[in-house]
Amino acid sequence: MQYHRPASFAEASDLAAHATGITRFLAGGTDVLVQLRSEIVTPDTLIDIKAIDGVRDIARHADGSWTLGVAVTGAEMSEHPQLGREWPGVVEAMDLIGSTQVQGRATLTGNLCNGSPAADSVPAMVAAGVTATVTGPAGDRVVAVEDIPTGPGKTSLAQGELISALHIPARGASGGDAYLRFIPRTEMDIAVVGVGVNLRVDGDTITEARVALGAVAPTVLLVEDCTRALIGTTLDHAALAALAAAASAACKPIDDKRGTIEFRTEVAGVLAKRAAKIAYARAKGETA
Amino acid sequence: MALDDRKSRFTFVGTRPNRPDGLDKVTGRARFGADVTAPGMLFGAILRSPHAHARIVRIDTSKAEAHRDVKAVVTRADFADVPFKPGLEGEFWNVLENVMAGEKALYDGHAVAAVAASSALAARDALKLIEVEYEVLPHVTDVDKAMAPDAPVIREGAADYSVPEGMHPNVVRYHESGHGDVEAGFAEADLVIEDHFVTEATHQGYIEPHACLASLGADGKGELWCCTQGHWIVQKTCAALLGIETAQLRVTASEIGGGFGGKTTVFIEPVALALSRKANRPVKIVMSRSEVLRATGPTASASMDVKIGMKKDGTITAAQGVFRLQGGAFPGAPGDMTAMCAFAPYNLTNVRQVGYDVMSNRPKQAAYRAPGAPMGAFAVESVIDELCKKLGLDPIEVRLKNAAREGTKASYGPTYDRIGLVETLEAAKGHPHYSAPLKPGQGRGVACGFWFNHGGETSVSLALSEDGSAQLMVGTPDIGGSRASMALMAAEVLGIPYENIRVTIADTATLGYNDVSHGSRVTYASGLATIKAAQHAVEKLCERAAAKWGIPVDAVKWENGCAVPSGPNAGDFDPLPLAEITADMGRTGGPISGHFEATPEGAGVSFGTHIVDAEVDPETGKTSITRYTVIQDAGKAIHPAYVEGQYQGGAAQGIGWALNEEYIYGEDGRLQNPVFLDYRIPVASDLPMIDTVIVEVPNPGHPFGVRGVGETGIVPPLAAIANAVSNAAGVRMRQLPMSPPRILAALKGNG
Amino acid sequence: MTKHHVTTTVNGDTVEYLCDARETLLDCLRDKLNLTGAKEGCGTGDCGACSVTLDGRLVCSCLVLGVEAEGKQIETIEGMARDETLHPLQRKFIDHAALQCGVCTPGVLVAAKALLEKNPDPTEEEARYWLAGNLCRCTGYDKIIRAVLETAAELREAS
Repeated sequence: MQYHRPASFAEASDLAAHATGITRFLAGGTDVLVQLRSEIVTPDTLIDIKAIDGVRDIARHADGSWTLGVAVTGAEMSEHPQLGREWPGVVEAMDLIGSTQVQGRATLTGNLCNGSPAADSVPAMVAAGVTATVTGPAGDRVVAVEDIPTGPGKTSLAQGELISALHIPARGASGGDAYLRFIPRTEMDIAVVGVGVNLRVDGDTITEARVALGAVAPTVLLVEDCTRALIGTTLDHAALAALAAAASAACKPIDDKRGTIEFRTEVAGVLAKRAAKIAYARAKGETA
Repeated sequence: MALDDRKSRFTFVGTRPNRPDGLDKVTGRARFGADVTAPGMLFGAILRSPHAHARIVRIDTSKAEAHRDVKAVVTRADFADVPFKPGLEGEFWNVLENVMAGEKALYDGHAVAAVAASSALAARDALKLIEVEYEVLPHVTDVDKAMAPDAPVIREGAADYSVPEGMHPNVVRYHESGHGDVEAGFAEADLVIEDHFVTEATHQGYIEPHACLASLGADGKGELWCCTQGHWIVQKTCAALLGIETAQLRVTASEIGGGFGGKTTVFIEPVALALSRKANRPVKIVMSRSEVLRATGPTASASMDVKIGMKKDGTITAAQGVFRLQGGAFPGAPGDMTAMCAFAPYNLTNVRQVGYDVMSNRPKQAAYRAPGAPMGAFAVESVIDELCKKLGLDPIEVRLKNAAREGTKASYGPTYDRIGLVETLEAAKGHPHYSAPLKPGQGRGVACGFWFNHGGETSVSLALSEDGSAQLMVGTPDIGGSRASMALMAAEVLGIPYENIRVTIADTATLGYNDVSHGSRVTYASGLATIKAAQHAVEKLCERAAAKWGIPVDAVKWENGCAVPSGPNAGDFDPLPLAEITADMGRTGGPISGHFEATPEGAGVSFGTHIVDAEVDPETGKTSITRYTVIQDAGKAIHPAYVEGQYQGGAAQGIGWALNEEYIYGEDGRLQNPVFLDYRIPVASDLPMIDTVIVEVPNPGHPFGVRGVGETGIVPPLAAIANAVSNAAGVRMRQLPMSPPRILAALKGNG
Repeated sequence: MTKHHVTTTVNGDTVEYLCDARETLLDCLRDKLNLTGAKEGCGTGDCGACSVTLDGRLVCSCLVLGVEAEGKQIETIEGMARDETLHPLQRKFIDHAALQCGVCTPGVLVAAKALLEKNPDPTEEEARYWLAGNLCRCTGYDKIIRAVLETAAELREAS
């Protein structure tokens, strides 16, 4: 395995574009090293992107939007004084991944590029409308997060391409997000179901909503029927029931060692309701 | 002797001094299995079968052998050459077959070859150069399916004489016991409940993977360092498997990072010795976590039917159970233990129990804290809970009404000596936990548990130093703070401070045979031997004092660390402290030591009662344990902090077993969750504080009244938690683990 | 295959080693620097027995490559006591019997020290969640959590 530590994304892209065999980018390493140690994936080329300028930066722009460097850790996100106030769902989703130790290393970008349908941060990012700058041999392009993973362990990134930054939209007024997942223990598990909800209200009425489900299909799902169930409602009982039904209906899960089809389908609806309540309270400026 | 008198007569026993290995363990300097190196050391790695059941057609190791970093490759052929002890049979053959496959790979993870190379990475890489051709065979991993007529046969002829005719060859041992007439008993009952229960295999989950450093030469002399619960069994087994003389192999037990029964046999040690002999260099092998989960010894899984009859007043009229245990590809599943323990807490007129030991394509089961008992208790205590509920009776009152006491004929045969079950139940009844209000969504469960406890072969030596300090050599690896307990007991007899005693786990070359640290035997048996060895030294100390004073030895007694005249007629001499006698010992007859060896038989059975509160989320089936209390008879707690630790640890493991831990096999017979990510042992945030109550009903078989405490603590939790969850959810849970999908499915079925 | 030359700082000492790119920081600490206090319980970041701090941040050393340690500051269990004086957590763990087999103890102590440096007054729940990545199979965590909370109280009183 060849190890490289490039000083720029262009160099990283160039290394990857010309590498043969299996290439992996190393940020936090909490997936790459597990796969290496378990001999699931032993890369021929490993490109450590942490020496690139700015990869540890969290920047809030004048318009209220955010840019996160690709090596920003979960711990750094949680410790940021303002990010979690504006995007608590995104920060909490990242914070749910692994232990304190894992939080010291794991990154949003890594969680995204690992391509797991159960990745906790991805439904929250999809709900939030996060986009990624992808740097490749042909230059940069901006891609919606939901378009990065294409299936378990797979992404839409071409050879030589890597994510060079993540962008979170401006929170704006009267918005709130939340992420909940189901795991059998209280910590350390992979999500059996994950639900991210991001919405905006006008008074008591929901005017915008994005609901994303994790671990219930080969990729994270952005569920438009859930949006329809919420918009124009005050999150009353009927809206919650419609939301849960839409979430459950969207599930295309599998039976595996972590959960059954029936369980995932049922719990997706339960968590959608619970997450929506939290996001709604946050949008209205209430504590939740 | 009244309990209070016993307590007051101790000076050191019952106190909580710091453990002697504490400093080493908080600074990182304690040396565990993987923490040592040797000059010229190689690293070993083991190739394992990816198939659950396959004939090994051909193994080609030539490419691996040709690699420049590889110094030795071994397969089963390297163990077959046993000129000194030809014809391995019985358990030695089973162990050999388990540590290195012969004609067939019998489970996913079964070792088929091993290499030693100049680095750990090189060894791992070299495994990929070994070519194995397999002929995949049909497999079975489920206990009921393994007993079915069409099940693939793991090994013909493995069954012993106990198995009734007509059973499938995978049924290898059969146990039946009991007394009375159960049919007549059921006829007397006002209510009879019969149910079927299932538990999955779990792993001890010790945090330290197996590790060893082996050195063996062509001269047949070897050295082995390993993490084990018993280095004499390692010595004996490895010598047999490698065809060397037992005494030529010196085995040293490292600090051990948890065992719980799982480190009572060998896995990698004979392989490392074989590699070392072939390479003529020391070889270290350290298992990965996935090797630990795939290829060491988890528990048996169980399929059980229990039927109990009860009168309206709570009297049990009859009880019967059939317990089928799957223990992997070798005989040994403790179906007999399950059967014998299941009804042991109760005074029953009519009881019958049957146990099966069944083979399947899984790793060879090993002991795990009271092996076999937790499963049976789960089934029995669940049925009792259901009977109490249906008859409107208090579960503790019913257990008290039926509780075994001194003189009760046990369900498994013998008559109980002094036992403490009633005392634990009374303590439970009076505990604030039992009467605390429950919140909506919560349920409370109670269960009792029993374990035999064990004595075992034991040898202890004690040597006094000139300055009056003492060194104590015991042969039972310290898995829970036993060095502290031994020092306390020796201090009690010698009358010198705890701190003046250094306890060492002796290697196999410096002490006689010691049985494994299992069966909750260490504080009992090594403790008893320590007391006797110290008393032996005291006899000699008294002899020296008698000689100095010129009086008969029977006119000298030992008090508070001094020789004193035994009475006014013995003479008027000042007390002679131990250190004054040892200061002169070279001139008064030579070194003073004490020794004791025996196989003590009075281990004293043990009972516990647990109370647990659980809360179930009705929408997701997720359970949280909100309160937990362990009440158990310790006989006499030598070091109460470590007794509490055993109770808490047993409860925590029980919580894992009840809620989330399980071996999950795919259709292909491969273990799907051989990592801690998916083999879900409880984490700190999963558990509440675990309250403990130490009941002390002295064991007549130990000088200080000790009963072993290590194992009983894992017997009641499965049942207590199942009862709590069933009460919280309003639906009876009969399969473990009670994972959220199972609970939610049960709730849906109920609704 | 060429090895990487790494210069790093461990417990204040400058150290150097040669490593294969596939070797983890844990491998390097244990096999090259003979610092065996950090343990490999799983190799997958699930047990925390290999906990160290890397530039002040709590991590699993099994999830860091040895080559990544170049120029970093690493603290391990071996650096926790100052000469003869144990860290208050170490003292309290001994006093409170907060260890049984002791194999998880180095990782738990390193993690608990990081907790108290970040949060001097953790609740029981905060301590339990912070330490959720440190598996202990012997104690049921009870005495560990008590020792951590009591150390925190003692340190607050002292300051």
